[in-house]
Amino acid sequence: MEEVKPQLIKITFDGIEVEVEPGTTIMQAARKIAEADDSQAGLVPPAMCYYKPLPSSGGKCRACLVRVAQGSTKDPRPMPKLVPSCITQVQEGMVVENTTNEAVLDTRKSIVEFLLINHPLDCPVCDQAGECHLQDFAFEHGSAKTRYEEERRTFDKIDIGPFIQLHMTRCILCYRCVYTADQITNKREHGVMGRGDASEISTYIEKAIDNDFSGNVIDVCPVGALTDKTYRFKNRVWFTKPEDAHCDCDKCSGKVVLWYRGDEVIRVTARKNVWGEVNEFICNTCRFERKKTSDWVLEGPTKVKRSSVISANKYRANLVTKPDFAVKLAATQFKNIDDSRPYVTDTETIREQSVENNDKANHRSLLSRNN
Amino acid sequence: MTETSNTVAFTPERLAQVKEIIERYPAGKQKSALLPVLHVAQEQWGWVSSEVMDYVAGLLDILPVEVYEVATFYTMFHLDPVGKHVIEYCRTGPCCLMGGEDVYGHLKQKLGIEAGQTTTDGNFTLKEVECLAACGWGPVFQIREKYYMNLTNEKVDEIIEELSK
Amino acid sequence: MARKILTEHINVPGIETFEVYRKQGGYAAVEKALKTLTPDEVVEEAKKSGIRGRGGAGFPMGMKWGFLAKPEGIPRYLVCNADESEPGTFKDHHLMKCLPHLLIEGMIVSSYALGANKSFIYVRGELMYVIRILEKAIAEAKANGFLGKNILGTGYDLELVVQSGGGAYICGEETALLESLEGKRGNPRNKPPFPAVKGLYQSPTVVNNVESIANMPWVINNGGEAYSAIGIGRSTGTKLISASGHIQKPGVYEIELGLGVEEFLNSDEYCGGIRKGHHLKALVAGGSSVPILPAHLIMKTAAGEDRLMSYESLSDGGFATGTMMGSGGFIVFDETACIVRNTWNFSRFYHHESCGQCSPCREGTGWMEKVLHRIEHGHGSMHDIDLLVDISKKIEGNTICPLGDAAAWPVASAVRHFRDEFMWHITHPHEASQPGAVYQGEMALV
Repeated sequence: MEEVKPQLIKITFDGIEVEVEPGTTIMQAARKIAEADDSQAGLVPPAMCYYKPLPSSGGKCRACLVRVAQGSTKDPRPMPKLVPSCITQVQEGMVVENTTNEAVLDTRKSIVEFLLINHPLDCPVCDQAGECHLQDFAFEHGSAKTRYEEERRTFDKIDIGPFIQLHMTRCILCYRCVYTADQITNKREHGVMGRGDASEISTYIEKAIDNDFSGNVIDVCPVGALTDKTYRFKNRVWFTKPEDAHCDCDKCSGKVVLWYRGDEVIRVTARKNVWGEVNEFICNTCRFERKKTSDWVLEGPTKVKRSSVISANKYRANLVTKPDFAVKLAATQFKNIDDSRPYVTDTETIREQSVENNDKANHRSLLSRNN
Repeated sequence: MTETSNTVAFTPERLAQVKEIIERYPAGKQKSALLPVLHVAQEQWGWVSSEVMDYVAGLLDILPVEVYEVATFYTMFHLDPVGKHVIEYCRTGPCCLMGGEDVYGHLKQKLGIEAGQTTTDGNFTLKEVECLAACGWGPVFQIREKYYMNLTNEKVDEIIEELSK
Repeated sequence: MARKILTEHINVPGIETFEVYRKQGGYAAVEKALKTLTPDEVVEEAKKSGIRGRGGAGFPMGMKWGFLAKPEGIPRYLVCNADESEPGTFKDHHLMKCLPHLLIEGMIVSSYALGANKSFIYVRGELMYVIRILEKAIAEAKANGFLGKNILGTGYDLELVVQSGGGAYICGEETALLESLEGKRGNPRNKPPFPAVKGLYQSPTVVNNVESIANMPWVINNGGEAYSAIGIGRSTGTKLISASGHIQKPGVYEIELGLGVEEFLNSDEYCGGIRKGHHLKALVAGGSSVPILPAHLIMKTAAGEDRLMSYESLSDGGFATGTMMGSGGFIVFDETACIVRNTWNFSRFYHHESCGQCSPCREGTGWMEKVLHRIEHGHGSMHDIDLLVDISKKIEGNTICPLGDAAAWPVASAVRHFRDEFMWHITHPHEASQPGAVYQGEMALV
């Protein structure tokens, strides 16, 4: 008898070999590398629209474009264009370049730029701040300055019910919430209306999205476009403390994360894996109505990534680390500080030097403005 | 202006036409009929209201939101009430090369409205559209199914006067 | 007179009726194919003809047919792309309006070759009057036994459905067209899988342009080899060119591929030259999305050879000094045309027509339009010019479908060849923003 187990496919991703099952996507292969070795987490392509639990998602945001330097052992030609790693399946002998390819990183930078030009950048008042994938993406790949001088687009506000707040200006049109609705109900009420950059998530006629699992669109939204109305403006996520908990729910698995401020549960969400994907959808009763500790059986603190701002000031200190390639880039630009200057204690000299430095700085800023 | 009545329904002839359209597609693929049926709806009511879309969704056995998504994507469907004659003029390159901008300027002045507006007597709605695939005969506009080509200010005057009667 | 394959009988009175079309030798290809050839033999003729897709991509049609998957028990579909919306292109409109039976004959032969029993013609919704012409012609063909069950007693069944679009350029992209045909938003699909494997209703599907399919009756009647003998090199056969802009005789012309650009532009048989008292400034040879070329580069290639109306000659020099055959939308600009204004106009078109699914196109097309609008209206600055080029590069090649490329190329090429005109708009904002103002300096930087 032949072996039933499918033959594994070997690919090279950023110089690292990995074996995966046939049908695996490049993205999943990269995640496999990172899951085996946490220090490689930085090489996984970012996913803004792709969401593994939602089968039709992916391919839209173009954030995860990578270069296939060799298609397969059989056909070693490189692929002519960058490919979306989230929906491109691996082939035996495929060689993929992600963080090791300048063109890929350059394209990624421009994707950040495209996603941000019409984004309101209202993070200071956005409930998603601190757990926003667009923030992470911009932090890792974006540029500090914008080249966009035009007016940012706006939308008419619509009310989609008592539980979910829609901020269309923040939306990046990943379609995740649409696919979620398709998955949890056969009576989807919201969708993408309009076309081009005027596309919007909407119910078209003002109508509340109404079903027992509607709250899950909040968890799948990568940005602050869909947020929890019951948590709105209550707190910043980095001041809250997440605890895993469960309850005996007749509608869903009852496995949730409770977000505490002091002794008060201010928000309930589903549990997510390391890639920010919901493990099991939860019902609206668990999410919006069970906000007392007595409703729940506590399991202990939720595991939060060391690099996450949620863990800042709480479990450990000083843990925001830049991903690998940024550190490498910084290393190449590193210059030793000139400490050969004499150590001055005389106040007169200090004053003189300070005036001189001021002039130099003014001169430099004038120069840069004129250029 | 054409108004939708409270009870939205196709006329018997149009309903028969819709049934015929649905039968063109393989079983279970009746959603394919959506665009043609929306055209039939627009023929009857002049525009497609959300009530009409809900009605169409019912006929095709699909969700109302699927109809909304589609109707808002395609620019031919009027989502608000329109005038008796909807003038859709082509604003794309080749028509503009042939003096389209001047002719359309004249058209707007004559009707006293801008693109997207309807005259107060409800006779004309102006709509700006992209290429109508008649570039060699530009400037062009379309009223319902009819193309008006090689437009000049004088021709525009004639057409408007003819339609105002 | 040059040879006509498609439009030979276009001026015969009543040719849009079955009777007259049949008298002119119409539907002979259906009889020949269904009665004497196997489907594979028809595919073979298409391959031999070397005909390339006339919708814009120029992919060999026979090869595309060869890719069609043929799993047992699953229907296959042929879909004719009649969603002609590319600015500068109106040949399919003309062809369907004048010769509906030619397309239907081509559809029957092609469907037979692919083993399709239900085929669709997806016509843009604005052409409702053409849809009615086609539907009438289909009814006539059916009444005469060329469509429906057991065609000509050969046992082959075919039903033809004319589908109306709803006003979306993007539906000319084949997978967006299929989505639209399924009653959805015209969002292009990610490829793979290609339509040849999973197309309409997840079944194997071929999508071909109107003109490509309309060539098939001639190919069957005269053989693929005879077809490939017409034209030049790998550009076989004839091509419909939609000529518009500042010329004496705008219209649709059938040319043998390989005709000189200069002859096409100036001969009385075709465009009849630039309108009186003016001279050529620039030309878009293949529809709004292909690179615009200044006068001297369209007549001769950079190497100094005569530029020909063929896929190869038009693209000679790559994008640096060449352009593309595209869909054959020949837009002529004389010295009264403002390149910046036209580029803004085209850019607005792509902004308006982007489906909004993937981020580079959704955001980038709008950004380019806004920057161009600013430059045209006297609010540009010098770094905007390079910004435009950079945005176009960031869109190109990074999108789901070719609309991103189509939006990027006209902008990049206009800046490449007419940078001085852009600069003039920035240095003379007041002058440039006057209605009808056109830069009168050097015509182009090489």
